[in-house]
Amino acid sequence: MLRYTVKRLGSLLASLVVASLVIFACIEVVPGDPASFMLGINAQPDTVAALRDELGLNRPPHERYVAWVSGLVTGDFGTSYTYRSPVSEIVVERLAISLPLAIYALSLTILVAFPVGILAATRRGSLTDISVMATTQLGVAIPNFWFALLMVLVFAVNLRWFSAGGFPGWDAGFLAAVKALTLPAIALALPQASILARVMRSSLLDTLSEDYIRTARAKGLTGRQALRRHALRNALIPVLTIIGLQFSFLLAGAIIIENVFFLPGLGRLVFQAISQRDLIVVESVVMILVFAVIIVNFLVDLAYAWVDPRLRSRA
Amino acid sequence: MTLLDIHNLALSIHGTPVLKGISLDVAPGEVCGVIGESGSGKSLTALSAMQLLPEGSDCSGRITVAGRDVLSMREAEICRMRGADIGMVFQEPMTALNPVQTIGHQVAETILIHEGTSRSEAMSRAAETLARCELPQSRFPLDRYPQELSGGQRQRVVIAIAIALGPKLLIADEPTTALDVTTQAEILSLLRRLVEEDAMGLMLISHDLAVVTGLADDVVIMKDGEVVERRAARTLHRDMTHPYTKALFEASGHQPDRTESRIEEPLLKVESVSRDYLLPRRSFLGAHPKMRAVDDVRFEIRRGECVGLVGESGCGKSTLTRAILGLDPVQEGRITLDGQDVFAEPDVRRKMQVVFQDPFGSFNPRHRVARLVSEPFHRLNRAATADEVDEALTSVGLAPEDKQKYIHEFSGGQRQRIAIARALIIRPELIILDEAVSALDVSIRAQILDLLADLSVTYGLTYLFITHDLTVVRSIADRILVMHAGRIVEQGTTDEVFEAPRDAYTRRLLDAAPKLPV
Repeated sequence: MLRYTVKRLGSLLASLVVASLVIFACIEVVPGDPASFMLGINAQPDTVAALRDELGLNRPPHERYVAWVSGLVTGDFGTSYTYRSPVSEIVVERLAISLPLAIYALSLTILVAFPVGILAATRRGSLTDISVMATTQLGVAIPNFWFALLMVLVFAVNLRWFSAGGFPGWDAGFLAAVKALTLPAIALALPQASILARVMRSSLLDTLSEDYIRTARAKGLTGRQALRRHALRNALIPVLTIIGLQFSFLLAGAIIIENVFFLPGLGRLVFQAISQRDLIVVESVVMILVFAVIIVNFLVDLAYAWVDPRLRSRA
Repeated sequence: MTLLDIHNLALSIHGTPVLKGISLDVAPGEVCGVIGESGSGKSLTALSAMQLLPEGSDCSGRITVAGRDVLSMREAEICRMRGADIGMVFQEPMTALNPVQTIGHQVAETILIHEGTSRSEAMSRAAETLARCELPQSRFPLDRYPQELSGGQRQRVVIAIAIALGPKLLIADEPTTALDVTTQAEILSLLRRLVEEDAMGLMLISHDLAVVTGLADDVVIMKDGEVVERRAARTLHRDMTHPYTKALFEASGHQPDRTESRIEEPLLKVESVSRDYLLPRRSFLGAHPKMRAVDDVRFEIRRGECVGLVGESGCGKSTLTRAILGLDPVQEGRITLDGQDVFAEPDVRRKMQVVFQDPFGSFNPRHRVARLVSEPFHRLNRAATADEVDEALTSVGLAPEDKQKYIHEFSGGQRQRIAIARALIIRPELIILDEAVSALDVSIRAQILDLLADLSVTYGLTYLFITHDLTVVRSIADRILVMHAGRIVEQGTTDEVFEAPRDAYTRRLLDAAPKLPV
């Protein structure tokens, strides 16, 4: 297991280095001057020169790369050109919304998808199964911003249970903050839960037809015991892959939902930074998102090994 | 009192009758062999006793286990009976165990769910049971996972699971079909010992007459969901009356009629061939350890000959096959076909074709037979003509109309005929048959062997027959090569090898092979 972990860690570091090189190359090295891009076509030459100086663009690329990476490592992400404040502060502020939102949405996804998928698989072909398949089909098909608007209409405008958007901040109290994130989390979870429930169902159906389930039944296990003790853990392997992908997506891809609910999250930050041509923010936030995705993949790899001893011994 | 009494059992699945009036019984200490070809209903009879039937099954008649009527039991009662009163061993040890649980857990689970013992108590009893099945703790600790064991060892674990609670009745459904002959002999003697020690009743299901007659007291022969004959095993070969039983016997020892038309000039020459595989590193930066899969192998096959290459799994025969086909390069030595090097001159590969064991797995299910059969033509850079496809199909006993069908419309034996048609169509000189009849029922196997014998005369074919099954090669091969641990340990004419084996390993193989009474 240790060997496997070390191997996965090695590949994690390698991915980070490659990702940082690609991001750096895309933004700073490829033709086109970042400073004049940031200032637009009508900028005065001396303003551009001043910005170039400020950004350190006159230094050779390898020096700039080293400076950028060592900044990242020590937590110094540079200073945003538009906000005029350290990028690290802005990002931490935004992460305080995006990370809890992603975790919230993913928890809802799992809480709904697991029981629904298991139920559908154990009652294959029944009315329950058919309605689960139909509902999840719909859940995948409905655009989640439309669903979000619908929820705002019902729960915020008509019933007045929730506010229609905005975030009071964690200072306003845990419950108030969670409440503000509830509708967005549901909107994000709907398609993800539908996908995950379908994956869970088909993966479990595959496992339930395996020979070792028959062996387990021949031992005298009831259908339910065989499911719990033998099928579930084996069925989890493909499900984990999807969960990893979903978390990465929820962290960075919530931009539309953030806009619907006026949440100042990471997605909106990237969107704003791009439209304001604030390359320093874009570069750092993209790197942080890449980092998050790679970490999540690493955790999924560890979870694989926990579930499947074959991976531990093969490493 | 009988342990298992099946009386007038009828079974239909989704309305289709599959078992008709089955009656059989097993007494304590008795081994009842059930013989039949695939689709005869022998496995479904066993699963009926366990009530582990597929969905949509409808059972009628009477099944009693230790005097209790199984068909009137509630599900909870049946669960209590399974594992405690009846244990079952299945055919495929590679998939019968849960890959993410240790063997100790899987054996202990039988004890845990039936008796309210503590976990540690269950584990120590699991250790004892595994030791009884010849998996001692010193070499096979409880925390091993199934994939760390060989097929034979896994089958011992499955047997341990089945006998952990000392059931009165054991059902073994083709327990050795997936195993090598020597492993098969070990598993059969283990089953015999356990039955004697515990005075268990054993219902032994197999398609292999020799396996069953060697172990069973009584033999039941099934065909198309019916019992056609029941006899004492020892005298079956003399007392049998049903034509189907006689046909089975004939097919098991079938000798295809084949006139040898050998020309002295060698067609295939394998000269001092060796092949290493790199194993994963043991330490972080250490060198890869090597595994010699094929070690200094040399032999020749003359035109028109049929040569059998016999060996158990892992002996290197697959590696050697891949090398002969020019698919995997070798580190040392040379392989020539008709004087041309198979690696240096890839064009020579059109002179050989291969037929594999699993006819279904080697066909693309989305293509019609016409396209499947004409696949080898990509080597000739032209398409097969309709006449060529028709002739290939006719020569293997199929109709030209079959070319419009898909592969799932054919039975196992017909699929193997299509595989042979595919090999024949570009008129090769050498056909490599890689376990080509191992998965077939005996009567189908006999037909395929006859077909191969006919084709070798008609088309002047040379065969290399690769198998783990000695009885098959005996009936068709002119010469035999025995392979063990990467080396050819013995070669000679079929009679020499069978009558006077020189190598110790060959003798072990011959001893382990189950024999029909004569």
